[in-house]
Amino acid sequence: MKSTIRRRAVGALVLATAGATVLAGCGGSGSDSGSGKASGGKPSKTVTLVSHDSFAASKSVMAEFTKETGYTVKVLRGGDAGAAVNQAILTKDHPRGDVFFGVDNTLLSRALGNGLFDSYTAKGLDQVPADVQLDAGKHRVTPIDSGDVCVNYDRAYFTSHHLAPPQTFADLIKPQYKNLLVTENVSTSSPGLAFLLGTAATYGDAGWQAYWKKLKANGVQVVDSWEQAYDSAFSGSAAGKKAKGDKPLVVSYASSPPAEVVGVNPPPAQSPVGVATGTCFRQIEFAGVLHGAKNPAGAEAFIDFMLSRTFQQDMPLQMYVDPVVKGATEPEVFTKYGAKVPHPTTLAPDKIAAKRDDWVKSWNSIVL
Amino acid sequence: MEAGPANRKAGRRRTATGLALAALPLAFFAAFFAYPVASIVGRGLHPGGHWRLGRIGDVLGDGSVRHVLWFTCWQAGASTALTLAVALPGAYAFARLDFPGKRLLRAVVTVPFVLPTVVAGSAFLALLGQGGFTDSLFGVRLDTSVWAILIAHVFFNYAVVVRTVGGLWAQLDPRQEEAARMLGAGRLAAWRRVTLPALAPSVASAAVMVFLFTFTSFGVIQILGGPTRATLEVEIYRETAEIFDLPTAAVLTLLQLVAVVAILAVHAWTARRRESALRLVDPAGTAHRPRGAGERTLLAAVLGSIALLILLPLGVLAARSLDGPNGYGFAFYRALGSTSADGTFLVSPLHTVWNSLRYAAAATVIALLVGGLAAAALTRRSGRLMRGFDGLLMLPLGTSAVTVGFGFLITLDKPPLDLRDSWLLVPLAQALVGAPFVVRVMLPVLRAVDERLREAAAVLGASPLRVWREVELPLVGRALGIAAGFAFAVSLGEFGATVFIARPDSPTLPVAVSRLLGRAGEMNYGQAMALSTILMVVCAASLLILEYPLSGRTTPRRKDAPGGKDVRAAAQGLAPAPRANASRTAPEPSAVPEAPAAPARSESPR
Repeated sequence: MKSTIRRRAVGALVLATAGATVLAGCGGSGSDSGSGKASGGKPSKTVTLVSHDSFAASKSVMAEFTKETGYTVKVLRGGDAGAAVNQAILTKDHPRGDVFFGVDNTLLSRALGNGLFDSYTAKGLDQVPADVQLDAGKHRVTPIDSGDVCVNYDRAYFTSHHLAPPQTFADLIKPQYKNLLVTENVSTSSPGLAFLLGTAATYGDAGWQAYWKKLKANGVQVVDSWEQAYDSAFSGSAAGKKAKGDKPLVVSYASSPPAEVVGVNPPPAQSPVGVATGTCFRQIEFAGVLHGAKNPAGAEAFIDFMLSRTFQQDMPLQMYVDPVVKGATEPEVFTKYGAKVPHPTTLAPDKIAAKRDDWVKSWNSIVL
Repeated sequence: MEAGPANRKAGRRRTATGLALAALPLAFFAAFFAYPVASIVGRGLHPGGHWRLGRIGDVLGDGSVRHVLWFTCWQAGASTALTLAVALPGAYAFARLDFPGKRLLRAVVTVPFVLPTVVAGSAFLALLGQGGFTDSLFGVRLDTSVWAILIAHVFFNYAVVVRTVGGLWAQLDPRQEEAARMLGAGRLAAWRRVTLPALAPSVASAAVMVFLFTFTSFGVIQILGGPTRATLEVEIYRETAEIFDLPTAAVLTLLQLVAVVAILAVHAWTARRRESALRLVDPAGTAHRPRGAGERTLLAAVLGSIALLILLPLGVLAARSLDGPNGYGFAFYRALGSTSADGTFLVSPLHTVWNSLRYAAAATVIALLVGGLAAAALTRRSGRLMRGFDGLLMLPLGTSAVTVGFGFLITLDKPPLDLRDSWLLVPLAQALVGAPFVVRVMLPVLRAVDERLREAAAVLGASPLRVWREVELPLVGRALGIAAGFAFAVSLGEFGATVFIARPDSPTLPVAVSRLLGRAGEMNYGQAMALSTILMVVCAASLLILEYPLSGRTTPRRKDAPGGKDVRAAAQGLAPAPRANASRTAPEPSAVPEAPAAPARSESPR
């Protein structure tokens, strides 16, 4: 009997070992080309960029960086901007990479307060307007791009209804725009939050709640995500048209109109989507050298590169954002189809950090 | 088990073997689930070295949290009941009836299971929302109603029931029920006394899995539930990934764990004596062409419900992927293949198909190894300890993906588990979800393998390994195929944990879809739909391939049994009658009241 036990256990072990061998075999086929050595050693010629899912850059541009500096870039993406920042904070004692891109002004205080970045004054910062340098005292972060969250409108709808599209926050609560607007849940969507911040900046701590009560009375619809608002509910986007969207107003980006036209043949005279330029909140995205980076020199080189013409002029079509460097030109699709936002609303990052949770809670009780 | 020294010794022996087999699954579970989850919860409740347990009271005292917990539980319960009601007749049809295209359809009904919710959710919006199918036909809009959530949950989890229950049902010997009827039992009584008890364990297993999946539903709730409905999973995601209130997230995670443990405890308690040794036969011999009005009606109802619930939403997606900027065509697919200057992926979206397949292959191997060993250990029944182990392995199904993903990030970053930058991290996370499926599918079959067969082989001098190879493996081959298909599908569709640990430059298919959807513009949206359609095809094709070679070998092969059919029957001198009894004209009582083809889906942020 005893020997049977042992033999059974041995049999099990043999099985387990066989399985492990199979696994190891799988491991061989799973290693892919392109990325350098895994962690452990110090791959001095690799810079690891930690970012969110929306980071994008042309291959040729990244190749340019490698040619100029000798560094190859490994990109790690982790969820949306909020998730990526939180992961970076969670792993700050043992960072996953050298440089972080994608912390915006709504998240900046959280990142700085947690000591995520080391100071670095980028080359070329003198070409960046002072009003986007939100950490000008310490230079822990470098502004890279900006974008505006604005109400977009479906041109065809307003033309066919002989109705002037709204232009300002104040317009949105007028009766002629009743039941036309869809926005995003401020708890789950960054454009949704930015739109709320825009109203708070416009109407002040005391006034924004009254404004939202009127907006709700005027039939604003709330969905959870930008994808749902723009691709399903909005009647002006190509996807929304197919999905029979019935809202001609949506909270989206100033860059949505050009995005809507990219790849469309033949190019139309104007974008089917317009921008209500008096409803915008400016988001600025920053990059910083991660505290504890294995390759800080490489991180600094990459931040410098992000302020170069090459990178700045590649960004618009990759990430649908605007360059921050003076004199960087935008592609034609932006100049032809995009909208200029003369005076976007803004709020100081520390004010956002201080008020955000309260505002979100109040918003939930008013709107949902 | 009756007392007696010999039996006690046998019991001890089985326990020892059980523990040996359980060692690897336990280690896997400890390293890749318990440790990461405990760490992330610790970050929230034990920051800076002192406990902040006061937060537990604060969070639990919050009325809105109780509301979320209540909604989470009841929608999961309702979704599970509805899924069983709709899918059990389907399980019967797939197991016992022959119809053209059955194999293909079985693969197709599994496709929803792997679809990213954001994609399937948009298909349901198109069907149930403004100007959609129900709106134009009946003037009914179901989006943001709880019905939309329930229907979507059935859509996603239909396959769970069909595969776990149907897999066993196909192998039950139909002649046992017939024997009962020959002895004078009515059709319904025979079914209730013979077939139902045999099926009970797998029905319970399927119910638990569907419950756990819907309990941790994320994308469906976000898209179809409107902004006012949230499950615990959604709240945990918000607190962790957006608001960054780790203490609250930790309390909610614990709450989720407690609820899941309670569910699993109930399941284990009711499952205690349900399993019995069954006679398993070759499924090829149990299915027959539908006979009589009853069976034909049932089959028609099943096919109708599949068409409405599954094929229609999938069709909507496929149609959208072809609805190009200049009329119908393959413009979006062509755009996918072009490695233009677009650097969103640094690889072409089509390359993500290859990434996904590679990850899925690795995840399937890990899940089969871990789940298979665990199931083998559990087969050697040994009391409470092992039942606890069984429940333990199910926990990952009921744990929020963001918790696991973030937990991986903060724990698997130092030797000996320095895996944070390794490609293995993704399949490991996926196997965590796949392994419980393997256990659930394998266990009823393994337990049903007649102990006497094993003992007979052992008495004849076969080593345990040989017993396993010659007796058990052929019998469980089919279940193995189903389990592998499940693990593969879970991996193909998994999104939640993957998005946090996606390796550089190798996004999986669902991650690529979500990146495309996150960008405005017709081409991006169209490519997302095209990629989703490719995901469906890849999934269906993989399942067909995975299950094909395994589906034939289900009985111990004997030289004298051509085709491996009904070996024992032949041995017993009974003619292996193809069950053509002309008396089958009365309506077949179906396992459950035939539900009208209504509702269906689930997911953690997959």
